[in-house]
Amino acid sequence: MRNEAEYVWPTSDFTRIPFGIYHDADVYEQEMHKVFRGPTWSYLCFDVEIPNPGDFKCVNIGDTPVVVNRDKDGSFHAFINRCAHRGSIVRREEFGNAKDHTCVYHQWCYSLKGDLLGVPFQRGVKGKGGMPKDFDVANHGLQTLRVENFNGVIFASFSDDAPPLEDFLDEPICKHLKRLTHKKVKVLGYQRQYIHGNWKLYTDNTRDPNHGGLLHPFQVTFGIARLTHGGGAVLDKRGCHNISMVEGDSDSEEDASKAYEDSGSGAYMTDYSLHDTSMLATQKEFGDEITLSIMSIFPNVVFQQIGNCLATRQIRCKGVDAFELYWTYYGYEDDDAEMTAHRLRQANMAGPGGLISMEDGEAVEIVHRAIKREHDKHSVAEYGGRGEIKTQDTLITEVPMRGFWAYYCQLMGIDANGAAA
Amino acid sequence: MTAEAKQACADLLAEYAYLIDADRLEDWLDLFVEESTYQIVPRENYVRGLPLQLMLCENKNMLRDRVVSLRQANIYNIHVDRHLVSSVRYLGEESGVHSVGANYAVFQTDQDGQSRLFSVGEYIDSIVVEDGAFKFKDKLVIADTSSIPTLLATPL
Repeated sequence: MRNEAEYVWPTSDFTRIPFGIYHDADVYEQEMHKVFRGPTWSYLCFDVEIPNPGDFKCVNIGDTPVVVNRDKDGSFHAFINRCAHRGSIVRREEFGNAKDHTCVYHQWCYSLKGDLLGVPFQRGVKGKGGMPKDFDVANHGLQTLRVENFNGVIFASFSDDAPPLEDFLDEPICKHLKRLTHKKVKVLGYQRQYIHGNWKLYTDNTRDPNHGGLLHPFQVTFGIARLTHGGGAVLDKRGCHNISMVEGDSDSEEDASKAYEDSGSGAYMTDYSLHDTSMLATQKEFGDEITLSIMSIFPNVVFQQIGNCLATRQIRCKGVDAFELYWTYYGYEDDDAEMTAHRLRQANMAGPGGLISMEDGEAVEIVHRAIKREHDKHSVAEYGGRGEIKTQDTLITEVPMRGFWAYYCQLMGIDANGAAA
Repeated sequence: MTAEAKQACADLLAEYAYLIDADRLEDWLDLFVEESTYQIVPRENYVRGLPLQLMLCENKNMLRDRVVSLRQANIYNIHVDRHLVSSVRYLGEESGVHSVGANYAVFQTDQDGQSRLFSVGEYIDSIVVEDGAFKFKDKLVIADTSSIPTLLATPL
């Protein structure tokens, strides 16, 4: 174990990332406090997943179990899923509906706001036992979080120092979130993927549009996303979030094939075709030319649009060496049966078994394994150039990844600017 | 007839498991009729009535495409599969369609020789006779293991 300050950041623009930062249990412990419980907002779920008063869902922020529920007046509350008495899990079911939340261990009972309503035998029996006279239920509620609902997407924060949600997300992210939630959402189901690697290898992955046109031959060959497409990556003012966007009709098969051949990449496969191409028939539904977008919101979520396949990917930390990706697929309430069938068909491209995305699970794990003993070595992030971290008009870039690290280091109190050149 | 059909369905399930484990996926395709469906659904979605699957092939061509993609395009963890299929239940026949249920467990072994339970769940199958051979018409895999370790490449 070592202090995170000992890691050398040889460049002040985060074009070098020390491998030790992905493998250090002390760093992980600090992340849970400074990043996930720091002045940030984490994605919880869609409001439509808990549509009725009393509906609740259990989620994670970092590795902290959190309950989010809807109150009688329709408002949302979230609290740590830990009894104020002896620390047990209060709400054990993943989804449900309840008038209140009672811990099974000693039946402490909490309101939908997280307030302690009462404890059994508080006064004891016949003057014996029970809690002290001055025990006040008002002091023993569940630990609550700030909650905001942005266009049907629920976020929460542990910190009173977090800026207002819309300021934290910033204008480009708010705009794209509104685009993806421009109609009432309907959830189609969930997928989970347990990846044996550090969670930050995944936040790197989704902030690196360059890999998408190399690691995933399916999407290159069938024109879903390739490096010859128009597009780029839009960053927020802090650079910690990004939206990688692809305009799928912006290149020709001939130009793409030639560009890949010239660059020496075999990702465009001229001898590979599909027997059933119905999966590839994307309908433009947002009034723009963007056919694929991957929006990474710091710290814990990705909003995905692969054609008409829409999903959120929530990062749930499982220790320094593992995380779960929790995928929530959705369409819109006014989708007809045909559109729903189309979205489900296109879901073949995403998730743990996705024709496009399965490779990411493998990519994270092979990095995690190889760097275990290489604390003093660094990854190289120079696609898109060095220096300023800003919006990119190309997909051949890793600059959004550097934006993550700049903000991460700020939260963690790591000073990379004084590092040796 | 019932005893024969029961045995033929059990044999089909055994062949199904054998051909995946032997990495003979092109031959494995022959166990499906042309108008067939193949789905892997996480149990948590199935129980809650949510339609999302982990893998959805609405016809045999989509199943062929899965196999071609695995061979040519997808990059996944190098491993060997081993299926254990048990508790095969023959549920009867109606209009030439035999209904069968079974439990499965799939273990994966990596290049270091480490074996791990990859997935456990059940099969709900509709089986028909085509040119004298029993073949899958609809195969529904319900994975109790809703959380997929690393990734799902080869069929369950």
